[in-house]
Amino acid sequence: MTNNTLLDALQVQLGSKIITSEVLYDTLVIEISPAEAFGVIELLKNDADLSFNFLTLIGAVHYPEEKGRELCVVYHMHSWKNAIRLRIKCYLSQENPSIKSLTPLFDGANWQERETFDFFGVNFEGHPNMTRILNMDEMDYHPMLKQYHLEDGTREDKDDRFFGR
Amino acid sequence: MGKIEDLEVINGEGYQLTTLDKAVALARANSVWPLPFATSCCGIEFMATMGSMYDLSRFGMERMSFTPRQSDLLIVAGTISKKLAPVLQKVYEQMAEPKWVLSVGACASSGGIFDTYSVLQGIDRIIPVDVYVPGCPPRPEQIIDGVMNIHRLVKHEPMRRRYSEEYRHLLGNYEIEVTNADNDK
Repeated sequence: MTNNTLLDALQVQLGSKIITSEVLYDTLVIEISPAEAFGVIELLKNDADLSFNFLTLIGAVHYPEEKGRELCVVYHMHSWKNAIRLRIKCYLSQENPSIKSLTPLFDGANWQERETFDFFGVNFEGHPNMTRILNMDEMDYHPMLKQYHLEDGTREDKDDRFFGR
Repeated sequence: MGKIEDLEVINGEGYQLTTLDKAVALARANSVWPLPFATSCCGIEFMATMGSMYDLSRFGMERMSFTPRQSDLLIVAGTISKKLAPVLQKVYEQMAEPKWVLSVGACASSGGIFDTYSVLQGIDRIIPVDVYVPGCPPRPEQIIDGVMNIHRLVKHEPMRRRYSEEYRHLLGNYEIEVTNADNDK
């Protein structure tokens, strides 16, 4: 299966649910509305021909300049049967960064969604334990959002020049 | 009795006199039991320091103690994240007095290259440090140098230091209680 035949198959299955599609770095990327993401991924997993049985990664990207779609949740799917990968992007607004959790479909989504919550503040509805996973519990912000500085706020003896800034 | 010449002693016929302070300090310095708290590449260098090539056991440090209760020297080698900081402080609190801390490498000493939100910018923010070893990571020779500086401190430490008001004040800065405070009374 190639990216072109995959896109044809997806268009038959999903039709207008695919908002945009493109091929980036040899992988097909489709954009789906956040409300439909769960249904689409469930269909891709359970469809006997497509059989996207493996959820490789969940992550997020912050685009502060794109108003109303600041947060992009990215799902990487892998079909072992067809030996092909697919990226699914869902854009969320900063005001309401919520999307349905994939934990009912993939147990492996559990920690990855916690990580995405930890660093980007995306709320995965229906997740059994939506708490921080990597950062310390006392942290009161989501550090990968671009309005926050990367540096430690308490540093005293470090000079930006030595860190390429 | 290899290092007895470091002490002020009075030699007589069949006996040798010195102060209890110095005799105890000599014994302590030559039997420091280290607790290696190694998290990353400095830990690998420390393993080389312990190994047969550099052989830390030459300094009476044969036995690595993986329980804080039975160790005298906390060797922190590697990056300490903010999430790990309370764990490190707890390990330090659990050590019995007298205790010393050796900070190995740039990360443990200052956060090193990790100028970022998740990394503690030096362990001296949570526990008092006796000797810092620079380097990223330091060579085993440098770690041995740091250990020998610790030995120098141990050898010249008065026995009453750990009961002193100054020491309690020092630990108070880190909100740590002196574990043997009751012995003072």
